[in-house]
Amino acid sequence: MVNYILMRLLRMIPQVLIISVLAFIIIQLPPGDFLTERLNRLRASGYTVDEAEVQRLTKMYGLDKPMHLQYLKWITNIVTKGDFGYSFVFSKPVNEIIGSRMGMTFFIAFLAFVVCWSFAIPVGILVAVKQYSVVDYFFTFLGFIGLAVPGFLLALVLMYVSYSWFGLKVGGLFSQEFQTAPWSWARFVDFLKHIWLPVIILAIGGTANLIRTLRATMLDELRKQYVTVARAKGLSEFKVLMLYPVRIAINPIVSTFGWLLVWFFSGGTVVEIVLNLDTAGPVLWRALMNQDMYTAGAYIVIIGTLTALGSLISDLMLAALDPRIRFGGLEVS
Amino acid sequence: MPEQHTTPQNSSVLVEIKDLRTYFFLAEGVVRAVDGVNLTVNRGVTMGIVGESGCGKSITAYSILRLVSPPGKIVGGDIFFYKVPKDGSSSQAEVINLAKVDPNGETIRNIRGNYISIVFQEPMTAMSPVRTVGQQIMEAIILHQKVDKKTAREMTIDILARVRMSNPERVVDEYPFQLSGGMRQRAVIAMALSCRPQLLIADEPTTALDVTTEAQILKLMRELQEELGMGIMYITHNLGVIAEMAQEVAVMYLGRVVEKTDVKELFFHPLHPYTQALLTSIPQLRDALTRQEKSRLNVIKGMVPDPYARLKGCPFHPRCPVMISGVCDEVEVPEIEAAPGHMVRCHLYTSH
Amino acid sequence: MSETTMPKVEVPNNGSPVITKDEAFYRASQWQLVWWKFRRHKLAQLAMVVLSIFYLIAIFAEVVSPWDPLHRMKEYAAMPPMKIYFFDYNGNFRGPFVYNMVFGRDPVTLRPVYQIDFNTILPVKFFAKGDPYKLWGLFSWDRHLIGIDQPDITKPYPFFLLGTDSLGRDLLSRIFFGGRISLTVGLIGVALSFIFGLLLGGVAGFFGGVVDEVIMRIIDVLISLPQIPLWMSLAAALPQDWPQLRTYFFVTIILSIFGWTSLARTVRGKMLSMREEDFVMAARLDGESEWSIITRYMLPGFASYIIVSLTISIPGMILGETSLSFLGIGLRAPTISWGVMLQDAQTIQTVSQLPWLLWPTVFVVTAVLMFNFLGDGLRDAADPYVT
Repeated sequence: MVNYILMRLLRMIPQVLIISVLAFIIIQLPPGDFLTERLNRLRASGYTVDEAEVQRLTKMYGLDKPMHLQYLKWITNIVTKGDFGYSFVFSKPVNEIIGSRMGMTFFIAFLAFVVCWSFAIPVGILVAVKQYSVVDYFFTFLGFIGLAVPGFLLALVLMYVSYSWFGLKVGGLFSQEFQTAPWSWARFVDFLKHIWLPVIILAIGGTANLIRTLRATMLDELRKQYVTVARAKGLSEFKVLMLYPVRIAINPIVSTFGWLLVWFFSGGTVVEIVLNLDTAGPVLWRALMNQDMYTAGAYIVIIGTLTALGSLISDLMLAALDPRIRFGGLEVS
Repeated sequence: MPEQHTTPQNSSVLVEIKDLRTYFFLAEGVVRAVDGVNLTVNRGVTMGIVGESGCGKSITAYSILRLVSPPGKIVGGDIFFYKVPKDGSSSQAEVINLAKVDPNGETIRNIRGNYISIVFQEPMTAMSPVRTVGQQIMEAIILHQKVDKKTAREMTIDILARVRMSNPERVVDEYPFQLSGGMRQRAVIAMALSCRPQLLIADEPTTALDVTTEAQILKLMRELQEELGMGIMYITHNLGVIAEMAQEVAVMYLGRVVEKTDVKELFFHPLHPYTQALLTSIPQLRDALTRQEKSRLNVIKGMVPDPYARLKGCPFHPRCPVMISGVCDEVEVPEIEAAPGHMVRCHLYTSH
Repeated sequence: MSETTMPKVEVPNNGSPVITKDEAFYRASQWQLVWWKFRRHKLAQLAMVVLSIFYLIAIFAEVVSPWDPLHRMKEYAAMPPMKIYFFDYNGNFRGPFVYNMVFGRDPVTLRPVYQIDFNTILPVKFFAKGDPYKLWGLFSWDRHLIGIDQPDITKPYPFFLLGTDSLGRDLLSRIFFGGRISLTVGLIGVALSFIFGLLLGGVAGFFGGVVDEVIMRIIDVLISLPQIPLWMSLAAALPQDWPQLRTYFFVTIILSIFGWTSLARTVRGKMLSMREEDFVMAARLDGESEWSIITRYMLPGFASYIIVSLTISIPGMILGETSLSFLGIGLRAPTISWGVMLQDAQTIQTVSQLPWLLWPTVFVVTAVLMFNFLGDGLRDAADPYVT
């Protein structure tokens, strides 16, 4: 087990490295470096630019150095000081803009995750046990729809429905009056009133996917001999299900932790933009629209690292659950 | 409510199957997997059941424990289980008709693993790969014997030692995939015997094993039978194993018992043409070596008919070498006691 | 004791009574088997029909659309969908027709309001004369599959079954033309993924070792990254002043950057397992070249998996294009795609006043749903172990 954890941790290093290189490439993609771009814009709009400031920034980001040194400088700043650079759109260090908003993005993803698992696991088991029943068909149909409708379209339609039918203006994370207010009970309630919609929208696709996966693995497991053996021991049907097929079918579900997180971050970006939430997605959007690449790069590094961590956690959970992995035996089918 | 009543009789009968019918209702048609089986298993005796694959021998066994799940269903007949309380409170048997109890109910669950156990063919898939051998054996002990975990664990180690498992203290914490095939089958047998059942159903328990391991397991089962005094219902397609294990034999063909007698009688005086064909088609080692010209094995001609079709008369008639046309393909065959204790289902022995 | 086993009696396959059918079954080629199994999948067949219709519409968008999608009619801006009638207000059957609409402005809000002009009946016809166009830039014509005859195209009569956008362009026609982009993005993206995936997966699977390890690690990372933010970042780097066609092409490249990974995995897995197969070894012993072993022996063996894998990745690409264009960083007007059209429906204000602008979502969702059905059907059909 210790070996496995070590191996798995080692594998994360190249993973995060590739992510950072990818982010750096993205930062460099727009023609010209961002500083010249920015200065040109400022000059064009009639500002006088302080040469000393230009010098300082050029030095700070190593813009006068060759590419690989620039990368080293950038990554060292991130690793040692946690400094992701400066956003020219928001005129603030990237950390300040992204930090708190990333937390909110993560929180929404976490809630979506809770909703997803707590709904999909019992339903997935149920539809497998009741294969070809009305319940099964109902959820299969719903699952297809859930997979086909991307979150942001759902958000659009729900916004329209709630506005035109109920006169509700959904969107944002807080009502106007609580936007800048300090945390209080009333603000928290207001927050809950807003957050359920993005959470549900995010959870739907993942839930549909999860139910499908669980149904398929459960059906495979239910046919196995050990289920009959367990029944022949005299265990109650519930115990048979829980201790045998569910115990195994749950493994692939645990391994979905990693990709569900990816799914939530990926689809969540557009949903957050549509619903105009104070989260990281809209920041990325605004940054990209203005080619504010340091902010975009920071977003990708953080999200990428978080998902890498997510898959690490899910692999470790899987190893804890499945002795076949712990003992380096069979690949899990 | 299941049919329950006590009888004063204190017989050696353990399970009595009467006209059992278990059908499978598939989209393509109805498969009559078990179609009127009569069988009796006695205490301390091994009843061997032989037949080709698909003759209904396993389904008969599953029916006893009510393990047949949809689309399969018991549509008729009785399975009387003569349950003698294990605590010795009474020597009188309580008769329970297993064919009539709720397949998920309390009654059958108290019998499963406790009074009647089953060992399956595939030791590889009989245990969950993600739980330890001990966990899977202990749960039955805890359930039926109402003991705490620690005692159950000791009992598990004890039963593992009894099935001659080497190193039972270690095996108890190991996962099934860490054991060899033979060891795994021992663990499965240990699991079945953990509550000292009165009937052990063995469904081809050695088919998946090599010959040496098979011999060891058979020996083990005979020893354990003597130790525990249980009845065994031994299902196999291997007549050699039957000769070694069973005292009584039932030959099944297409969902019916076609011949039933004690093992010697069957081997020396087989009555049913199907049984005769089975016996002559066994390759004889000595013959094969001594004969100059390798003669072909006696093969039963024809194939097992389409499972969805329902044949008129005797189901064996299309393949029977001595078929009496107009009788065998027309008239339903009854069970006949051709000799004392020798039942056969064939028109040759009726007065048709 | 095993010498005394029972005689081996042949058991017919699954008890199928008709031998001739079985023989046909055993003689059928792999593709015939797949097709037979696919035919049993009703939803997949429905999907096939619907998608064929979608693609036919996309191909013949000029003819099928009632209007030129770029034709702006200020007098009909933001018009709600019109109804087709069969009976006039006197209850007389008049065949399919629409009433003329009269434009006005609300005196208070100044918003356009349209009133039905019950006196002017405009019969709906097949191959009605309307906006002139050049089919595929080649054939000039002015007939539209369904429409109303326009005596003077500069003073058109209204015929807007799904309404118009705020610039007075026919939404239905725009959806048809948008399909041309949105539906082909998936196909071209998949074709590109196919090339990348086959190449890299094949290389990894065939050579194994370090090459395999490196490619697999890269795939692991790419798969574990959230696609949409990356797509957004890459697409945002495309210069805004590029011509439409180049942007379109680069957007599909961006979409296929992640698409190839799953295919490469499939190909690699199959390659690895097939390398060990007896028939490959036999071919090798026969002195076949490596290239011919790959193309003649191994490729046909997993062609069906490739097709399934490709079909399954199309919906993701369609959604990717829609998301990017919707956010304004993929395709941009004047290119017409479903995503670009939805850009108009970004704010709740427009959506609540012009809800018909959400119509493209119906088409996006239908297309994706149908591809999912098709993929499912194909997957089941291609799996040799499911009968």
